[in-house]
Amino acid sequence: MKYLAQQAINALQLGSIYALIALGYSMVYGVLTMINFAHGDVFMLGSFFCLLLIAIVPVPFWLALIVVMGATAILGTLIERFAYRPLRNAPRVSAIITALGCGLVIQNTTLGISPYARPMPHLLDNVTYQFAGITVTTLQIIIIGVSVGLMMVLDFLIRKTSFGMAMRAVASDRATVSLLGVPANEIIAVTFAIGAALGGAAGLLYGMAYPVVSAAMGITVGWKAFVAAVIGGIGNMRGAVLGAFILGTVEVMTVAVLPSTYRDLISYSLLLLILVFKPHGLLGKPTIHKA
Amino acid sequence: MSVLLETRSLTRQFGGLRAIGDLSLSVNTGEILGVIGPNGAGKTTFFNLLTGIYPPSSGEILFNGRSIAGLRPSEIARQGMARTFQNIRLFRQLSVLENVRIAYDAGLACSPLDALIHTPRALSRERESIEASMELLEMFQLGSHAEDRAGDLSYGAQRRLEIVRALALKPSLLLLDEPAAGMNPSEAMQLTEFLRWVHGKFSLTIVLIEHHMQMVMALSDRIEVIEFGVRIAGGKPEEVKANPRVIEAYLGTEGELP
Amino acid sequence: MIGMTPWTKNRYLPPVLLVVGLIVTAILPSTGLVNDYLQFVIVSIAINAILCVSLNLVNGWMGEFSVGHAGFMALGAYASAILTVKLFPSAPAALIFPAAVLIGGTVAGLAGIPVGILSFKTRGDYLAIITLAFLMIVKSGLENIPYTGGPRGMLGIPHLTTVAWAYFWCVVAFWAIRNLVYSKYGRGIAAIREDEIAAEAMGVNTRAAKLVAFVTSSFFAGVAGALFAHQLQFINPSSFDILKSTEILVMVYLGGVASLGGSLLGAGVVTILTQCLQPLGTWRMVVLPALLVLLMLFRPAGIMGYRDWNWLKPRLSLKLRSKNEDKAERGKEIVS
Repeated sequence: MKYLAQQAINALQLGSIYALIALGYSMVYGVLTMINFAHGDVFMLGSFFCLLLIAIVPVPFWLALIVVMGATAILGTLIERFAYRPLRNAPRVSAIITALGCGLVIQNTTLGISPYARPMPHLLDNVTYQFAGITVTTLQIIIIGVSVGLMMVLDFLIRKTSFGMAMRAVASDRATVSLLGVPANEIIAVTFAIGAALGGAAGLLYGMAYPVVSAAMGITVGWKAFVAAVIGGIGNMRGAVLGAFILGTVEVMTVAVLPSTYRDLISYSLLLLILVFKPHGLLGKPTIHKA
Repeated sequence: MSVLLETRSLTRQFGGLRAIGDLSLSVNTGEILGVIGPNGAGKTTFFNLLTGIYPPSSGEILFNGRSIAGLRPSEIARQGMARTFQNIRLFRQLSVLENVRIAYDAGLACSPLDALIHTPRALSRERESIEASMELLEMFQLGSHAEDRAGDLSYGAQRRLEIVRALALKPSLLLLDEPAAGMNPSEAMQLTEFLRWVHGKFSLTIVLIEHHMQMVMALSDRIEVIEFGVRIAGGKPEEVKANPRVIEAYLGTEGELP
Repeated sequence: MIGMTPWTKNRYLPPVLLVVGLIVTAILPSTGLVNDYLQFVIVSIAINAILCVSLNLVNGWMGEFSVGHAGFMALGAYASAILTVKLFPSAPAALIFPAAVLIGGTVAGLAGIPVGILSFKTRGDYLAIITLAFLMIVKSGLENIPYTGGPRGMLGIPHLTTVAWAYFWCVVAFWAIRNLVYSKYGRGIAAIREDEIAAEAMGVNTRAAKLVAFVTSSFFAGVAGALFAHQLQFINPSSFDILKSTEILVMVYLGGVASLGGSLLGAGVVTILTQCLQPLGTWRMVVLPALLVLLMLFRPAGIMGYRDWNWLKPRLSLKLRSKNEDKAERGKEIVS
């Protein structure tokens, strides 16, 4: 029982980080129906930005979080502006290929600058608490707390603000919305910025929790979050969070029973299985095929 | 007169919306049947059900006396039901000849292995498909465009090519979805003559969806009227023209009935 | 031009050239005219050309987006290496190698069946995701098989991929895919790219066409994988990651989609480019994806997109063209 509870906390921690990244994938897909393959690498850069920042000035955790989120937001907007926007009316395949290419450029540039994995220094005093025999660390509380907090802010933003309304409108019909005077380009840019900022936050949190950062993280971790988004139903925010916690749980369980090398195998098999039986994910709505 | 196509209580729902409801009608061999109705009446959905693009929610479709409901569109096409689309759907990037050959190929037996190693059998099929398709294109004055991209043809030629492509399936039944869309009255009259010629030349049965009333009245042996997915009238063109329900349906929406 | 047959239209020329090519490539290494490095580059171009033309079938002619090609390649590489290293290490090379390549292709081709079946209902983004999942499953699956060395992979694979074999399989791949493209199935595949619903309505069995496309494409990816394994002499799961797929994607979209000549061109240019960029080390891997992005922005169909050189087309389609040209020619004469 204690063991299970301990594993549940681990799953919650991994799931929270996945959820933050998955939201970025899902938001962009919701607005542009485009798979932003480069998002995983934006997440990875979040970790590296944090590393860089601490190397220059030792800042407290909260400040680091804000700076990293700002930096990745700018990066996300730049990618959108210069790589994706020119292709907005091109065939969908061109956009996916470009996204894949952008991701690999970011990954390999990072690899060129930092060929080896680097340890992440401590940002916080990590205190271990005991509750009825279950260990919880400050880090875990902060990771889960920050993730849930950011998700709540995002939920509020999407459901209660005029920006959220405009974003949902762009998602449902971009052409009409532009005619109505909603600045679709700005809304899309902001969507990318928010998604990237969440990815950056996830990068920082991941770096703190599993304190080694490497250029390959965009694929090994970032794409997992993408898997989570697809499992939940890409384009659907709640689906992204649901998928992330399912995937987090499955991975923690896999590692508990099998060697850790089985993790990718199980995760991607789960993805394939879900796509076979629920082609649009758990909460995704099927798009109506117009004949 | 024998019945070529028959629908029995054909129904199709999209979510809560009933696009076609309990539609029973039949098409006789050799006739031209006009299907008219206001916009959004479900005419194109009706074609999509017949050709298998949507499966019916309930009801039966009999083609040549055999049930075809639930078959895949390509199987129905190979049984001899060909169609054109309201918004021209040619394979734009491919050549005019390839467009026709794709439909002609459907009737040719050729295994993947034949295709991969170009066996004598595959080669003779290739030759047959080129020659038959060219012949068809020349019959419709498109022979000199055989190597052009279909998307580069003029609008009128694209409409013509879509009909040629459908004929390459060697159909017994041809479904035409608003062939005169975007044409002025004189072009529509030319098309009327053209369709009459095609009808006789290829001994076809034709079902025609059209908004150009003059054309429908001139061409059709019989007319069926659909509104909100339900059949509201049917009969000879003159009878339909005089039917108060039809006039009401049209006046209520467009009022373009002459 | 009238009354004279250009030499390119001679029906005996292509087969004669092919045989001459085979003899030349067989003799070449023993002449000492080309050093080992050059031979390595030539073999690499041939292998990449097979990969490129086979991926082009799905990504170019059919217009889908598969990122799983390296996965099919991996299956071919591992299946063939198991044969030559584990099962029949002492069998004569002339016997075991053709069999190993064929079996490598077959294993990959069989794996293409489920992916093809999934493509019946799934298109575009979701099919791309499925091929991605397939690639990751193959890679992480191989990492967990101790028999083939797990993540370390297989070492000591005999060097059997000679220039002649690479040339031979390259010709076979191009010949078969050309045949397929200029057949009922190939036109059906192109029709799916243009308009799947219209294709079905015109009698194209899109399921059969998709299956043929995926199986043929993955078969030749497997063949290329087998050649690759017996060229490099060692393979591990990371040789077949997303970057390998990207490399093939760059070849396809650089050379030209839906083009045999483009596939050849793309493979040649990218192979030579990667060789030239060797001194850049890791930075080399930035250039290829960047090239891919630039291509999408400025020339999405590639250099030879949707076009081909006449000498790569079957004679039947050329005959028709000359007939038409004659007619056009005659038409002009009448007018003037």
